[in-house]
Amino acid sequence: MTQLSSTEIETDAAAESGPPPDERREAWAAQLAAELGEGFVEHHVIPGSDLWVRVARDSWTDAATAARDQLGCQFFDWLSSIDWLPSPYGRDMDAQEDNPQAKAADPMEQGHAGGHTRFQMVVRLYSLTEQMGITIKADLPADDLSIDSLIEVYAGANWHEREAWEMFGIHFNNHPDLRHIYLPGEFEGNPLRKDFPLLARRVKPWPGIVDVELFPGEEGS
Amino acid sequence: MTPVGEAGRVTDRKGGQQVDQRQQLAYVATQAADARLNVEIETEGMTLNIGPQHPATHGTLRLVARLDGEQVVEAEPIMGYMHRGYEKLAEVRTYPQVTTLINRIDWLGSFANEVPFILAAEKLMEVEAPPRAQWIRTVLFELSRIANITLFLGDMAVQLGALTPVFMAFRDREFVLNQIEAVTGGRFHPNFDRIGGVKDDLPKGWIEDTKQAMEKIRDFCDEFEDLVLGNEIFQSRSRGIGIVPPAVGLAYGLSGANIRASGVDWDLRRDGHEALVYDQLDWKVWTHPDGDSFARYWVRLQETREATHLVDQLLDGLPSGPIMAKVPRIIKVPAGEAYAATENPLGEMGYYIISKGDLVPFRVKIRSASFSNISITPWLLKGVYVPDIITILASLYFILGDIDR
Repeated sequence: MTQLSSTEIETDAAAESGPPPDERREAWAAQLAAELGEGFVEHHVIPGSDLWVRVARDSWTDAATAARDQLGCQFFDWLSSIDWLPSPYGRDMDAQEDNPQAKAADPMEQGHAGGHTRFQMVVRLYSLTEQMGITIKADLPADDLSIDSLIEVYAGANWHEREAWEMFGIHFNNHPDLRHIYLPGEFEGNPLRKDFPLLARRVKPWPGIVDVELFPGEEGS
Repeated sequence: MTPVGEAGRVTDRKGGQQVDQRQQLAYVATQAADARLNVEIETEGMTLNIGPQHPATHGTLRLVARLDGEQVVEAEPIMGYMHRGYEKLAEVRTYPQVTTLINRIDWLGSFANEVPFILAAEKLMEVEAPPRAQWIRTVLFELSRIANITLFLGDMAVQLGALTPVFMAFRDREFVLNQIEAVTGGRFHPNFDRIGGVKDDLPKGWIEDTKQAMEKIRDFCDEFEDLVLGNEIFQSRSRGIGIVPPAVGLAYGLSGANIRASGVDWDLRRDGHEALVYDQLDWKVWTHPDGDSFARYWVRLQETREATHLVDQLLDGLPSGPIMAKVPRIIKVPAGEAYAATENPLGEMGYYIISKGDLVPFRVKIRSASFSNISITPWLLKGVYVPDIITILASLYFILGDIDR
């Protein structure tokens, strides 16, 4: 059928030429730093893998705008949040009871590109021309869990922000439609916070690691 | 917004802005026509509730549309009927246990869900699967794609009123599921991928059987090219319906065949940097410039055929050797953060894993394709006619488990 013929579009090899990816990642960080000035806090590159950038909360939308317009990140990948509080319920799979030691032993440790607060925003953007992604983070102070909405920059942020609001209790300024997305309207609490108990695990004992049957001829470790 | 066409990779015959305007103009024109009509016939708004149990919703998506006559003024998807909280559950499960959970995200192409998670964990552990394991992984990845998309090809047709294709799709999908079952033991939830490799080697005679199954899928594709794509009713109901301009699609996070149908030449199998073997194969990425429902169907059909060729090549070039790298029996993943994304049947699927060096992940963010793909619907459904809602939902193709996670 002629009218259904393939619409081949030539792929360009531009992305293959040019400097190696890690240099481009450093260049991206430098470009963002120049654009944001004071708002640019820290960056972290894992060679051959990925780039993390941490910005001040006030530069959140500016950082996304700069990533879109200057770095060419047209693709909005995802947006979410991280709760860095060590779980008060212990971290091992078979922990059914409160584990106070876990709370005392673990200081709050933020990941790549650092941080100082319990809650961090994280957004991932991607450039189709460079075939490279960037993860931008921002600290949220404990007394004011709010940040500007990215809807003006990326329309797709809408639902992701609703999810983060529901799961972590972070307020997004200028969001037109901050409603529950998954949970029923009368739901209380923010399930993905670390201090929100996973009730299914608390009420019913989990068989856990003791139940693992060894394969024939296998020694226990 | 900057037109994407300038960036070089992104191509669009009509120009993104122009398509965007076309949709807006069509809406204004129909509004004006309605206004003239309303002089004589008063219409009043009506709220139409579609779902949660509607065939077009693949599960339990509910859609509330406010109508003005035959036109949608505002449409809003309501999710959460199937929210299972995998991100929370993953925090109390060991890494090998998580794959059991995430099998159930996109249940039509289950194996494909495991791959990006395992790749992200391997990134953190700095383990690389041996070549044979990578090839087996890629074969099963492509088989999942075929199992997933064949169903779409039948399903969209049934939603536009053709009953036969869905039976044919279920019939021919069986050949692929049988092959997946022969290797993994599971038709729907294989749970076969492991950190450092795959669970088992391929059974005897499997390669020949799979090649025969691929023949059948190619016949299926040829048949559908005539039966569905060549069908006048199908064309008139899907051409020009639900046009997604590339720039808008990218800002909403559309990925996979949905964005390739808007002329964006981007496929993570080719452009991503994950440890799968696509760079050693000879294949092409299919795009279509129109961006409408027809284009989305067309691209998926071509991709299914391309996937069968990929499987054939993979089976021919299968290297020998071990299928498992050396990993400790009790898997503790070193502290760090990693994001890995692959081109799943529905679009880009990725896992952002934060580890603190424990048996369990500290946090797992699941980036599922359907969630972003469907987030464009409030924008896309504005101004369309009621029957086109179904066309657009069907052509965007989502799996509810992939939205609700």
